[in-house]
Amino acid sequence: MKLFRIRGGVHPDPRKDATREKTIVDAPISAVLHLPLQQHIGAPARPVVKVGDHVLKGQVIAEAAGPVSATVHASTSGAVAAIGPVPVPHASGLAAPAITLAPDGKDTWAEPMPPLPDDAEPAAIAARVAAAGIVGLGGATFPSAVKLNLRERHKLTTLVMNGAECEPFLTCDDRLMREHAEEVAAGVALMARALGVGRTLIAIETNKPEATAAMTEAAALHPGIDVAPVPTRYPMGSEKHLVHTLTGLETPARALTADIGVVVHNIATAFAVYEAVKLGRPLVSRVVTVSGGAVAEPKNLRAVLGTPISDLIALCGGLTAEPQEILSGGPMMGQPLRSTDIPTVKGMNGILALLPSDTRRGPAHACLRCGTCVTACPCGLLPLEIAANIRNGNFDAAVSAGLMDCIGCGSCAYACPSRIPLVQSFHYAKGHIAAEQRVKQHNEEAKRLAQQKAIRQEKLAAERKAMMEKKKAAAAAARAAQEGTAEP
Amino acid sequence: MLEAIVGLTALGGGLGVFLGIAAKRLHVESSPLEGDIEAILPGQNCGQCGYPGCAAAAAAVAKGEAPVTVCPPGGRPVAHALAEKLCLAVDLSGFAETGPMVARIDETVCIGCTKCSRKCPTDAVIGAAKQIHGVIADACTGCGACVAACPAGGIRLEPIPVTLQSWYWPKPGTGKTPRSGNGVLTQ
Repeated sequence: MKLFRIRGGVHPDPRKDATREKTIVDAPISAVLHLPLQQHIGAPARPVVKVGDHVLKGQVIAEAAGPVSATVHASTSGAVAAIGPVPVPHASGLAAPAITLAPDGKDTWAEPMPPLPDDAEPAAIAARVAAAGIVGLGGATFPSAVKLNLRERHKLTTLVMNGAECEPFLTCDDRLMREHAEEVAAGVALMARALGVGRTLIAIETNKPEATAAMTEAAALHPGIDVAPVPTRYPMGSEKHLVHTLTGLETPARALTADIGVVVHNIATAFAVYEAVKLGRPLVSRVVTVSGGAVAEPKNLRAVLGTPISDLIALCGGLTAEPQEILSGGPMMGQPLRSTDIPTVKGMNGILALLPSDTRRGPAHACLRCGTCVTACPCGLLPLEIAANIRNGNFDAAVSAGLMDCIGCGSCAYACPSRIPLVQSFHYAKGHIAAEQRVKQHNEEAKRLAQQKAIRQEKLAAERKAMMEKKKAAAAAARAAQEGTAEP
Repeated sequence: MLEAIVGLTALGGGLGVFLGIAAKRLHVESSPLEGDIEAILPGQNCGQCGYPGCAAAAAAVAKGEAPVTVCPPGGRPVAHALAEKLCLAVDLSGFAETGPMVARIDETVCIGCTKCSRKCPTDAVIGAAKQIHGVIADACTGCGACVAACPAGGIRLEPIPVTLQSWYWPKPGTGKTPRSGNGVLTQ
């Protein structure tokens, strides 16, 4: 198969050896589970249970609120202990609303949803995916059902299944493809049916030959599904770059891959789709790679959602040294965490405890204008130029230099010899611009409200005046009438 | 040839005289700058700046009597826009930035007098007579008009809490938060 070369990218040491031969192990249910209402992009889910209710595994505890949202299910049986804010996996360390479960230890499943037949309608598959609360499990956490319904608005030709797993350390998708190839392939076939595409490509980086072999064998049962080995290069798993590699089509700036007829889904999402459609099980667990130099015995664990990550680290023998950094996700795009007292969520593909020797923290030096970041940028941007504008508070110039086209992949920061935190500065600028826009919008809305109130008050004053005059006139007329009757 | 020269000269001269007279007769006294400045200001006439309404504040800013940091609810973005409009180099770092505020009514104190809802320039306070009032946070500008109006002293301005939706990474080198995880790996 002909592949197309993408620009830029880096070759970080994959460091996957610690977990690539580790079979997925089921993690036991923890003593307490926190299920955040927002584990996806979009509106937070709305709780449908009360404190004290007894729930069964797989029962809906919070329903999707709006078109872009995702349902949350109880990940084990037990009692609802609390509904309130808990710390969530986020760089800010802030708390967000969650439902806390006290497991009863029986792990009793609720009645499963009826399995759908092989010839199910595309809309029925998408509706089941929505009911199962499935979101993009590669980390983007966009509600999958919304993407499966893209056929309504776009002319789709190709489904690309993302099994690239280009982030160092992570092997959860690799293991899932090796151990559950048939289920994954069946899930892929269901997604292709839902989207109505004729061609499906399962993209796997060449550093995963076992997964490629397993998936090739499993995909042979499904016509129209092919496995496409792609070069090992970061960020191959970025959807726009993966589509470019496979089809040669470039996604326009700030557009969707669907605009060029391609939809990208993660391989772990396909497994969840298989479970939801064929077994009637909602998304209540996921595979997480726990790795990094500070972890005693790195493993791939299947954890129920809500499991505290401190318990997952403990299952891996705990930490052997004080980690420099604990990340949720991979080392290139992961979020630094402030504590391990946070729950496992749908989008969490890895937990990394990195040693100082794994990371290159330290004071940033001045920019040499060497251009290494320009060579590394897979989007063809000039990271040094954008960062210089941001440093000087010149946000408009940063935007016109392409800030909004940055995918935040971290290639530039990884390659920078001066250790300049380029991506942080891009995150800061994007957040700052969004915040200013919110303030502007708020001010405009306030101005509109103030004007409306002024108009209303004027109208009321005029009405009052008219009323007073009418009363005065009536009183004068009455007086005149009285005088008239009194006179003769 | 001569006709063309005479004709065009007469046309030019005539139009010149016409424009001259028009400029004199249609001359507008007020500075257009005031209007531009008023458009930048939030326009709620809350009076926090000490001037009677946004138009008066705009006039004062245009005359140079008031600083560009005149508008507390507008905050840093408005001050920045004003400084740009007036081509002034203003050090906004010294501008006391309390952050956006929102009014909050203490339900145990509220007597339902509707004084605050009548004073609110943006109709952000809801509630009828003898009913406990509430604030629609999205419509509140934190101008504080209701705080002064409340006879029971039951309204406070509180900073708007930071949420997952509004939080963003600090500028590198300024915050105490850990640096972003992106590309932390050793080469």
